[in-house]
Amino acid sequence: MEINKDLISASSTPIVLAILTEEDSYGYAILKRVRELSGGRMEWTDGMLYPVLHRLERLGHVEARWEVAESGRRRKYYRITSRGLAQLVEERRQWQAVDATLRGIWQALFLPVPANHPASAVPLPQGA
Amino acid sequence: MPSPGDAASPSVEEQIAQWRSYLGRRQAIHSVDVAELEDHLREQIAVLAGAGLAPDEAFLVAVKRMGDLDALSREFAREHSDRLWKQLVVVPSDSGEPRARVRTDAIVAFCLAVAAALAIKVPALFGIQMDDQNAGFYARNLSLFVLPLLTGYFVWKRRLGTSTLRWLAVAFVAAGVFANVYPFTPSGESDFPGASTEALTALHLPIALWLAVGIAYAGGRWSQVGGRMDFIRFSGELFIYYVLIALGGGVLTGFMAMIFQAIGIDIEPFFESWLLPCGAMGAIIVASWLVEAKQSVIENMAPVLTRLFSPLFAAVLVAFLGTSLWTGRGVDIERDVLIAFDLLLVVVLGLLLYSISARDPRSPPGAFDVVQVVLVVSALLADAVALWAIAARITEFGFSPNRVAALGENVILLVNLAWSAVLYIRFLRRQGSFTDLERWQTDYLPVYAVWAAIVVIVFPLVFGYN
Repeated sequence: MEINKDLISASSTPIVLAILTEEDSYGYAILKRVRELSGGRMEWTDGMLYPVLHRLERLGHVEARWEVAESGRRRKYYRITSRGLAQLVEERRQWQAVDATLRGIWQALFLPVPANHPASAVPLPQGA
Repeated sequence: MPSPGDAASPSVEEQIAQWRSYLGRRQAIHSVDVAELEDHLREQIAVLAGAGLAPDEAFLVAVKRMGDLDALSREFAREHSDRLWKQLVVVPSDSGEPRARVRTDAIVAFCLAVAAALAIKVPALFGIQMDDQNAGFYARNLSLFVLPLLTGYFVWKRRLGTSTLRWLAVAFVAAGVFANVYPFTPSGESDFPGASTEALTALHLPIALWLAVGIAYAGGRWSQVGGRMDFIRFSGELFIYYVLIALGGGVLTGFMAMIFQAIGIDIEPFFESWLLPCGAMGAIIVASWLVEAKQSVIENMAPVLTRLFSPLFAAVLVAFLGTSLWTGRGVDIERDVLIAFDLLLVVVLGLLLYSISARDPRSPPGAFDVVQVVLVVSALLADAVALWAIAARITEFGFSPNRVAALGENVILLVNLAWSAVLYIRFLRRQGSFTDLERWQTDYLPVYAVWAAIVVIVFPLVFGYN
């Protein structure tokens, strides 16, 4: 399933902030976590994560620091700030409102809802 | 999972290096971002290789996943739009160790600038005050206060060997001797008012010594065309920076005078004896350091000005030649006309040099090259007209040191431009390569310095220190 670009970019802020709330992380690990969480259905172009991180850094939602990873390479780690946490709460409120609206309309339409939930992380077998 | 830090195979390392330099050329992506993306790429490669892919394949997949570089650089540009305006923040070209070097460089440059600013005040300690009586001393020695320090900066920066260092030291000591041993007649008492050999020394010593700066600047690359070309670029950019700093300094001084005036204090004595001389000296080092540290900020300034003014100068010269042919007016010879034509040739040469320095030698001849040729040829013709008029009446005017120096310079510039025109036309007719022209210009550099040295060393003797 392809998720459209606008949705990806709109959801990138809450997703990145939420992942950083779990623990401090760096680009590659954040992408890996996104893949896990979405069961591989949210495919971000790897490079595009970085402008997002830099925007969050500029807005003061995350802080960056360079550390030497166990591999010996220098790696840029990101940590969520208190402003970032507040932003996440706000994003969450908005997304829940969107989600609730959509749920309401889906129910009113009685459309068959796809069975899988993102958390199940198992793609439907083809032709099931 | 294998450790991502393991060096990948040599060929992959090479590919990563290529990818890195390709990415680094994007204006919106800074070197720290490249480092961050490279860390990502390497981890991706390591994971893919761990899953059984060959290193090359892993590299290709990792690069593909990174996404289209144009799109990526657009995203970066959108996030960091300020970066498209190159900032005058001196960022290290790579993260980590070079940062320390950039700072050391700045500290050394700053210390040398302070030293240059103070050096101009040292003679005052020995009773040689900056006043009309000692104007000659300061005029002759002006370049000696700052150029040795500037040379020292490059000697330090390029880690020059002791043999080169020895020659440079000899050059400066010799300059100091020749500038000061001759018993110059004070300019007021000279036979040729305002045309004394002392003034010629003051004008020509910096030109001669600029070669020493160039040798230090080029490091070991003075023998190469590229090294000398870089020095030409450096000189042009230094000039532009210096003018900008001087303008800023003027504004600063203006405000300073104004606000101190408001509380009834006249800063003019301070300005004349400290701010102006010290600032002018220190600014040369600061400007040089800026050109070095931030080559890319105003890098394109000299070529841009060249592009703008080459056609205009060419038009003016063609109009001049046309008018003088049409009306039949010869050049009206006055005392200073030769100097004016010298300056014209210098400007034309400058336009030619900076358009050469910014031109890709491999690109084919274009319309701008034709404009350059028109410019050079029309300047040559205009100069020939002036020279003709002067040659006819030189005996009548007499050989003053000033006139001989100007004549010599005219001949030197004329030879340079004439051969440049030949080489340029050959290039336009695709009978020669552009590098011939580049080589000719860079090979010619020492000629100016040698002539300037002759003016400094021989003229006072020949003309009896007048």
